[in-house]
Amino acid sequence: MCYIGQSIEKIDGMAITTGEPVYTDDRELSDHLYVHIVRSPHAYARIIDIDVERVKRLPGVELVLTHEDVPATRFTAAGQSFPEPSPYDRRILDAYVRYVGDPVAIIAADSKATAKKAEKLIRVTYDIFDPVLDPKTAIEHKSKVHTEEDLSCHFDFGCRPKQNLAGSYEVGYGDMDHALSECDVVFENEYSTQAQAHAMMETYRSTSHLDEAGRLVVVSATQIPFHVRRITAKALGMEEDQVRVVKPRIGGGFGGKQTMASELYAAIVTLKTGKPARVVFNRKETFSMSSSRHAFHINIKLGATAEGIIKAIDMQALSDTGAYGEHAWTVLMVAGHKSLPLYNQAIAARYQGQVVYTNKMPAGALRGYGVTQAIFAMESAMNELADKLGMDPAELRLKNIIKQGESNPILEGSSESASAKLESCTLNRCIEMGQKKIGWQEKYPRKQISDSKVRGVGMAITMQGSGIAEIDSATAEIVLETSGRYTLKIGATDMGTGCDTILLQMAADALKVDINEIDVLTGDTDEMPYDTGSYASSTTYVTGNAVLRASEDLKKKVLNGENAPVTGSGYFSGDTSPPPFIAGFAEVEVDIDTGHVQVIDYVAAVDCGTVINNNLARIQVEGGLVQGIGMALYEDVQHTSRGHMMTNTFMQYKVPTRKDIQGLQVEFVPSYEPTGPKGAKSIGEVVINTPPPAIAHAIANATGVHVRSLPIGPEGICMGIIKQQSKVALIPDFVQSKC
Amino acid sequence: MDIRTMINEETRTLEVFPGESLAALLRRYGYLEVRTGCDTGSCGLCTVWMDGKPILSCSTLAARAAGHSITTIKGVGKEGENLAKFLVAEGADQCGYCSPGFIMTVLSMKKELKNPTESAIKHYLNGNLCRCTGYEGQTRAIKKWLVSSKGA
Amino acid sequence: MLNMKKYVAPETLQDAWSLYSTNPNNVILGGCAFLRLGKKKIATGIDLCNLGLDYIKDHEDYVEVGAMTKISAFATHKHITQNFKNILPDCVENIVGVSFRNTATIGGSVFGRYGFSDIVTALLALNAEIELYKGGHMTLSRYLKAPPKFDILTAIRIPKDKDGRYHYASMRHSSGDFPMLTTAVCRTDQGYTLSVGARPLRAQKAKKAMAYLNDILKTAEQVGENHLQMASELVCEELSFGSNMRAKEAYRKHLCKVLILRGLKEVSNGH
Repeated sequence: MCYIGQSIEKIDGMAITTGEPVYTDDRELSDHLYVHIVRSPHAYARIIDIDVERVKRLPGVELVLTHEDVPATRFTAAGQSFPEPSPYDRRILDAYVRYVGDPVAIIAADSKATAKKAEKLIRVTYDIFDPVLDPKTAIEHKSKVHTEEDLSCHFDFGCRPKQNLAGSYEVGYGDMDHALSECDVVFENEYSTQAQAHAMMETYRSTSHLDEAGRLVVVSATQIPFHVRRITAKALGMEEDQVRVVKPRIGGGFGGKQTMASELYAAIVTLKTGKPARVVFNRKETFSMSSSRHAFHINIKLGATAEGIIKAIDMQALSDTGAYGEHAWTVLMVAGHKSLPLYNQAIAARYQGQVVYTNKMPAGALRGYGVTQAIFAMESAMNELADKLGMDPAELRLKNIIKQGESNPILEGSSESASAKLESCTLNRCIEMGQKKIGWQEKYPRKQISDSKVRGVGMAITMQGSGIAEIDSATAEIVLETSGRYTLKIGATDMGTGCDTILLQMAADALKVDINEIDVLTGDTDEMPYDTGSYASSTTYVTGNAVLRASEDLKKKVLNGENAPVTGSGYFSGDTSPPPFIAGFAEVEVDIDTGHVQVIDYVAAVDCGTVINNNLARIQVEGGLVQGIGMALYEDVQHTSRGHMMTNTFMQYKVPTRKDIQGLQVEFVPSYEPTGPKGAKSIGEVVINTPPPAIAHAIANATGVHVRSLPIGPEGICMGIIKQQSKVALIPDFVQSKC
Repeated sequence: MDIRTMINEETRTLEVFPGESLAALLRRYGYLEVRTGCDTGSCGLCTVWMDGKPILSCSTLAARAAGHSITTIKGVGKEGENLAKFLVAEGADQCGYCSPGFIMTVLSMKKELKNPTESAIKHYLNGNLCRCTGYEGQTRAIKKWLVSSKGA
Repeated sequence: MLNMKKYVAPETLQDAWSLYSTNPNNVILGGCAFLRLGKKKIATGIDLCNLGLDYIKDHEDYVEVGAMTKISAFATHKHITQNFKNILPDCVENIVGVSFRNTATIGGSVFGRYGFSDIVTALLALNAEIELYKGGHMTLSRYLKAPPKFDILTAIRIPKDKDGRYHYASMRHSSGDFPMLTTAVCRTDQGYTLSVGARPLRAQKAKKAMAYLNDILKTAEQVGENHLQMASELVCEELSFGSNMRAKEAYRKHLCKVLILRGLKEVSNGH
């Protein structure tokens, strides 16, 4: 049977849906200590004195640690291949606290209640500093978030702590001034995207214990088991082979579990006490003491001829990485790399970015990883440019987008001497499909429904990547057992996406065996082959290719007469990162009296290469679209003027609910990627990028109000409409600020 | 303090702390199918039935279970498993973390609403958050399950 | 869930009151949905669940709702929908979800006097009264302004009007969110009652606007469109609005005018 394209059910589906105890906090752990983290109430301070004597004397408290009790080693919590392109600016506990929630002490006790009681007995004296909260003033701010002498970087990516800079990046080609001089129309504006929370249903949690050989075993809901192993060993001063990481089923990640959030607190307690330890972040901690999407301000300038050929694209980005620099530089870089190549008629394209430290919860990896932010700016600007040109925005795209077979110097795999070629792309057909499905011809730009209701349609396109070229790698093994069954061993990390299942499909298809004859072994660094982990949209492409190579290797060995057990092994690390593409089309209905906006239809036409599992791919798209709708309209990480996060519960941080979603249409327009496993690329991240600009565009078409800052709320729309109607300035630049 | 309650049709005497939630009590006694996702009664993950009606076990005092019957997904037998099969068949299982609480609410909806429209389904289930699926796959699965349940 | 030393579920209101009045750190346990969000250290939690306060009774002139009635039952009960049409189902339909509404109680919603409360806004416009164990009957209006320090809320009474017309509207960002503004408009044989909540302050009647409309009704059968417009503007002038995370003052004021006018049109003149 050909398994490619089949909607095979997830192998863990029944267990996870019927409440089987397969997640981290369900696993049996013999008499263990509860780990509770005491956290800073200040956005920026130095601990002058911390007195834990009364805590130590409280019955039931086994251990309390302060910055004086932990290794002085600095590391990064970023789940990235070594050497990490993130500054080593963290300690397990530090004498400085750099955001409200930054850990101050670790308490291990016989129960949660004891630990909470113990927290009240800690006395801390702080020297409080003026926090850096606005990224726009971070560089000149007199407070410096990182003053430590031992902050280090593996290479120079522009980390300049004395200027509160965590990194800077520039990429581009052509002569911008010359390109602009050839343009008849120039459009320029600034766009802002907010910090977004992952809000995965399972909060952060880990356990740890010592096994019978005295090795440290960390069990964690993590996307990055091998990176956790390495970073844990480094932070605790251990040899890597003395650490084992186990990853059970995960209740959602979206990149949040690509940064270490909880593991070290349990691990250090186990090391110091010899006892098992458990740490479970509650929802407040998960919102406010982990990581979020980087908030961006992007200034973009576009230049085009009167005929609508875009000759110049110039972007300046300012990103806010919060208190620690994990993923700071890479998010900044990817934003430019995976937006500019979309428009291939430009004779000059440039992206310049800086990412700054502020005293807020750190930003980290979140689905889209900078591309989401850049696409909001770029596609919103493209839509406004189309207006200025008097051109249909779909037509503007069709005239300018990169096509299969074209080369672009910013595409992954490009070198100084040669631009990489785009081997697979159906973006033009995606646009046409999307137009058809949304009813673009009949509905563009707007339709008055009643006195108070108006509808508008909008669009946006996007690309992403498939793994990190030359850095992401995976090994897969397939064993033909003596029983005649097969075992597929993979290090990719299924966090609900179903990658265990689709990799199984690929193996079964390649080996030409029934899928039920193969068992999947994964989730244990002792047992599974090395894989960077499931992030950067790498699993289908990178691990998938490794699985196919392992299959071929096994077949060769079997044909050569080797007897079971026979192990086929395959390694893959790509030279390129073939982009998936999406054309997204939104239809909104706006109540022009109140500004209330409802997305009534959304079409995503998707080129992810070959679709391996139709159902799972479709749900990935739908899930990503809804997260994108949330980013467009509802979600917003907000802080007080003293740096306290206000949106640390689901009451205040609003993810879309069922009633907010009225219709999603997903159409696949597959290309065939020659370097991909069976022609597949990726789907995990690209899916979130189009809704924010498409919805902003639809709202602008419906109402004439351009909101250039996310999220777009009814207040901004309503006041924008009033301003238009009265032609009296209410608050200057109101439509440009958050509502 | 001790309370007598019925959990999944089994009468039990359980030791309860005064301020403890029903969710914490259930997990403490090994009913690990009961999951929590928030601290504020906002996500619906912890949904169980009390006397056959869906409630938030994270926002219900454990002591209030005294004299009442509590049902988790492990107590609804084949019907819950059957609905789960439809979710899995649609690919709408994804991370699965929201599923048990979600399934309890759907089963309850089937008891209360006859032939619900899509809008009524969404309204009934609005308190059950899902971050993975985008909801539409779950709705497709429910509709198919409702049709198949009629024929059964 | 709660930082509570002791839990009791008395069998009589007298017992509940005795416990409640002996220690300021003793707390009445109603729905508990919002109580659990606080950090209060509770000495003894006094659960009302055994007091038979979960009921809805249809009297000749009013409907009586026991304080422990769940919000879900409150919204869907035939005594409610037959007498007050859609206003109460409409005001609860956006409150989180079914399981939440099966957990939270009417008494808890009213007792808390929350600014964001859809239910309080609607009950205020319905001229509801509350029943207190010690204090007896009191209008909801008065209770909202000056709640007695120590008492147990046992029931709500909602006066009936066979020709009553009702409208509820709120503005929310996403479904299930706290409202940015809540409005309720009622027209009964007593005239118009208008109530606005989530200003962000708690619900308040717009008395001047009500007086304006009810004066017109003294001499005219109908209220003209221009009167309705004027009334909606009067509401905005007489009530105070503020800014918070969800909305700024100017927008709330604008919303108030729009939603009140829509409500007035709905309940007036056979619209």
